[in-house]
Amino acid sequence: MLTDRLAPVFDEPACATNRAKTDADRKAGCRTKGPAPGAAAGGCAFDGAKIALQPIVDAAHIVHGPIACEGNNWDNRHAASSGPDLYRRGLTTDLGEMDVIQGGEKKLWRAIREAVERFDPPAVFVYQTCVPALIGDDLHAVCQAAAERFARPVIPVETPGFVGSKNLGNRLAGQTLVDHVIGTVEPETTTPTDIALIAEYNIQGELWQLTPLFERLGIRLLSCITGDARFRSVAQAHRARAAMVVCSQAMLNVGRGLRERWGIPFFEGSFHGVRATSEALRGFARLLVERGAPADLIDRTETLIAEEEAAVWRRFAPLRDRLAGKRVLLYTGGHKSWSIVSTLQDMGMTVIGTSVRKATEDDAARARALLGEDGQLFGAIPNAEMYRMLRDGEADIMLSGGRSQFVALKARRPWLDTNQERHHAYAGYAGFLVLAERIALTLDAPVWPLVNGPAPWDDGWDPDWDDGWDGTATGEGLA
Amino acid sequence: MTTMETRRTKALTIDPLKVSPPLGAALALLGVERGLPLLHGAQGCTAFALVLLVRHFREAIPLQTTALGEIETILGGADNLEAAIRTICSKSKPAVLGVCPTALTDTRSEDLAADLKGIATRLGPELGETLLVHAPAPDFVGGLQEGWAAAVQGIVDAAARPRPRRSGHVVVLAGAHLTVGDLDALRDLIEAFGLTCTLLPDLSDALDGHIPDTWSPVSLGGTPRAALDDLGAAEAVLAVGAHMAPAAALLEARTGVPATVMDTATGLRAADRLVAWLSRLAGRRAPAGVRRDRSRLLDALIDAHFAAVGQRVAVAAEPDLLRALVTLVTDLGCRVPVAVTTTRAPGLDGLPVERLLVGDLDDLETAAHAAGGVDLVIGPSPAQRAAQALGAPLLRAGFPQLDRVGSQHVVSVGYRGSRDLAFAVANALTDAVHREGPAHADPRAPVPLCQGQPSAQESDHEAGSPSAAR
Repeated sequence: MLTDRLAPVFDEPACATNRAKTDADRKAGCRTKGPAPGAAAGGCAFDGAKIALQPIVDAAHIVHGPIACEGNNWDNRHAASSGPDLYRRGLTTDLGEMDVIQGGEKKLWRAIREAVERFDPPAVFVYQTCVPALIGDDLHAVCQAAAERFARPVIPVETPGFVGSKNLGNRLAGQTLVDHVIGTVEPETTTPTDIALIAEYNIQGELWQLTPLFERLGIRLLSCITGDARFRSVAQAHRARAAMVVCSQAMLNVGRGLRERWGIPFFEGSFHGVRATSEALRGFARLLVERGAPADLIDRTETLIAEEEAAVWRRFAPLRDRLAGKRVLLYTGGHKSWSIVSTLQDMGMTVIGTSVRKATEDDAARARALLGEDGQLFGAIPNAEMYRMLRDGEADIMLSGGRSQFVALKARRPWLDTNQERHHAYAGYAGFLVLAERIALTLDAPVWPLVNGPAPWDDGWDPDWDDGWDGTATGEGLA
Repeated sequence: MTTMETRRTKALTIDPLKVSPPLGAALALLGVERGLPLLHGAQGCTAFALVLLVRHFREAIPLQTTALGEIETILGGADNLEAAIRTICSKSKPAVLGVCPTALTDTRSEDLAADLKGIATRLGPELGETLLVHAPAPDFVGGLQEGWAAAVQGIVDAAARPRPRRSGHVVVLAGAHLTVGDLDALRDLIEAFGLTCTLLPDLSDALDGHIPDTWSPVSLGGTPRAALDDLGAAEAVLAVGAHMAPAAALLEARTGVPATVMDTATGLRAADRLVAWLSRLAGRRAPAGVRRDRSRLLDALIDAHFAAVGQRVAVAAEPDLLRALVTLVTDLGCRVPVAVTTTRAPGLDGLPVERLLVGDLDDLETAAHAAGGVDLVIGPSPAQRAAQALGAPLLRAGFPQLDRVGSQHVVSVGYRGSRDLAFAVANALTDAVHREGPAHADPRAPVPLCQGQPSAQESDHEAGSPSAAR
């Protein structure tokens, strides 16, 4: 049964990469060869599902599993809320030995009841994990009974960790929304400019860097899936006039679901970088006008883009000299492997290399085109090699996720988090400036010369040593 | 005296205090030089533990997974385990490879001990110098400290054998509640008596936050492999923390070295017992520096008690850390109307706590409200929500501390650590009094109960809340 649900998720007809494959390759799906035991990194399917759905801020998210699944994991993301914070509570059945022996269904039922009585949420998401899946707890039956008894949606999220990767979990979560949530609530009013954003999670409030743009254009964000979302707003996404899939690897199937079931056109794009943001706004204007929005939306969008871009470059000017020519090693995944390259190039920086280990072939091709002869495409870089590159000063800064941060920091080189644990919002025009400023502040931080200088027992040390650091790593003064 | 309550009727855990035992087991294995923990489960088991450890320590955490998929979940994970061990031994060559089962493999009831024996035989020379350790943490029982204890027991089981005694050498079995700073303090104290020691595990050499000269795929330091082989070459074994008692008993049985268990090393009486024990073992009087430290602690207790006496403190911690914290705050004259812990550890019944719950952080908040409110909350960072709702400052202690740098260097053992903790408690209480105005300064004054959402004024505590790290 699970396999029946998994196969279609791996064969994504809306995916350009998938369509370009031969029939045989397509049948095999885009699932990569399983992770190598003892040499694997990354989360599980449950992890991916939780990341994708938890930003629905007014829902109760109950994890049905032993303590490892929620106790090690709750409230560990920076998806922001403008109101309710129920999504940040760590709710779990904390399964014990007796539950494994006797089955966890009754405990789950009582846990749902307690969550409803205590928090009165508009909906409850229940996440299946490995142990209850293994002992055969019937999540669907419990959720269905609970939905009837407590008169509100109780949604089973069937993603035990062992079924696969985090990315698979993202997709299964998207499918859960299409199957159980979207289309279950009608909006009070609709407008010709209602849109849906898909796979925008409002990390550090990035969504709020975009909403002023939509407001100025008279575009109404009917539904964001799932950043700062209320359950109702996700459930009414089927009345959007146009949709955009922000991180295509994660939730392309939601865009396709909207198109197939409700005829909503969508496009793929990004809000990271000036060019990408302008393209995304144009995309919305075009689709909305095609579906009956006033034709002047296109001109008004162009006017806004012209104003915003001019403002960005004006405000960026003081940072330009601090960033010009600085060499960046980019180690990220998916569309970011090229979208951030173009952003950094817009800032006048040189990208010495980007990793395409988690990117599609299309993403890799775009990255190659952008890099030209200056930069390299990397697969997975072993930590020791990455350490050497940074230590030897081949890059001035690394942009990556938390997993590789210590490679840079232990090499005493500047590093900035550009993944989901990032501490600042980098979306839209405003986010471009924030990113530029963070990079400049990181590069110019006084700690780098301090920690790279000689110790009193080193040759070349003198009591009045002045680092004369120009932000360029030379490899001198090493222990 | 109190009795422990378990909220058996409650099915929904809200804001867990507990983290998983395999996380604790992995952490203990990181305190061994060139150690590498391997979690036998799905990828997420490792990923979640890794992320939380990284966020707490702000250090790279070497941690691997056997990456069980659906097929292995049905048919058994032994092949993945063997593949993982083979890969790790050829790539990273750890000195100690610790295999930690998870809830997934426990539920399948895999016979890991037999699997590991078979794998060791098949791998033979491929295993090289790597010591295989089986760390069967009971995933369904307890939290971090129980997993930690199981891993230490596994290390003792794999390595300890009789050796010629080295006079004046102490093996310290260090509990999970001890910070890097605590371990440094214990070592300094032992060496002050002219004794030498092996710390097992030794996070002070591994996760103390330092800049190594090269990148390492295994732990950066910790108890050396040679010291593991020499666990039997000691004059005495000292276990710090009641949860280390089983490992101490096993080490004594294996090597014949007499073991002493100290439930805690925090507070005047515990520090006195430790110093007396060291003095006896070394056959010498406590050195002048130690005597001066005791005198300073006496003075600190006197100075600190003014702010503390009669104040109400709620504590959320694993059993042995709870014991240490409750001992010190009640020594200062605080009341502990409510404490929450993770498991029914023996010996906690005797703690001077009015209500002791095995539960979660929501229980802490609810029970503290029911008791009429508290003046201070002590617990890990996620207790911030409960503290805010109670309008009380949070003094951070335990795991995880996500919003503090340097939490590993906070000391609470021995005379010096007890002194630091007394100051931190008193200062936190004083800050709270200043914040809330003079009406609150009188401990006998009635305290308004805050219900539901914290007011803006109460939220101020977030910005100004004290930290055990300062």
